[in-house]
Amino acid sequence: MAFDVKRETGEVVVFDVEGQLIVGNRQELKQAVLAELEGGARKFLVDFTNTGYIDSSGLGVLVSLSKKIREQGGELRLSSLNEDLRTLFELTKLDTLFRIADSREEGLQDF
Amino acid sequence: MIDRELIFELPNDLHCIEDAVEFIVSRCSTCQDVARKLRFNFRVSLVEALSNAMIYGNGRDPAKRVRLEVHLRSGRLTARVTDQGHGFNPLRVPDPTAPENIMEEGGRGLFLMKKLMDEVHYNERGNSVTLVLNLSASQTFPDQATA
Repeated sequence: MAFDVKRETGEVVVFDVEGQLIVGNRQELKQAVLAELEGGARKFLVDFTNTGYIDSSGLGVLVSLSKKIREQGGELRLSSLNEDLRTLFELTKLDTLFRIADSREEGLQDF
Repeated sequence: MIDRELIFELPNDLHCIEDAVEFIVSRCSTCQDVARKLRFNFRVSLVEALSNAMIYGNGRDPAKRVRLEVHLRSGRLTARVTDQGHGFNPLRVPDPTAPENIMEEGGRGLFLMKKLMDEVHYNERGNSVTLVLNLSASQTFPDQATA
């Protein structure tokens, strides 16, 4: 997995996840998001346009990050999940936990 | 239908899971109607089985190994993952979708395997899981992929 970090207008930090978000690499995303959180960022969007698949560890990292960000008064949103990824969130009922936008642009709206 | 099998002994290293899974999936020639089952259901489930074996079964011990056996017989794709641990009782794993568990970071691996595969079986000791996916009759391994 590789990921890009971009700051959008409105101080939203966007992470583009490329490839897989699984047990072997999930800590990279976690550390990068936590570094931004410690640096003062509070609005986060993780975009999955270029993501192949996620396993339970990847889902778990997103849950953990969401909790930590909420504790700091922030929000973590997700965007651009393909059909497979949406299925994962629906099966695990995590679609009830996250605000999931159809596109990156929609995810950035009203943040 | 050609019956095939692939057998590996993997090091207990989480970083090798992605490559191992991609190799297995790439050796499956897909027809359109089962492509998603291989790309998504099988791939995610195999990652879950391997990571459970390395983390919980082998306790992250780099000296231990994980055995992966993949068979295609009569339209059934079967992957058996065996670790060198003492095993566990899969019936004791709580429902990760229950309200009291939804915010937990872990505990979704076995749940996903059961949801995504047609069958999931553990041996009596609990250190070997077998994943089964029913495929169409046109599903085969390429001849050169035999290990």
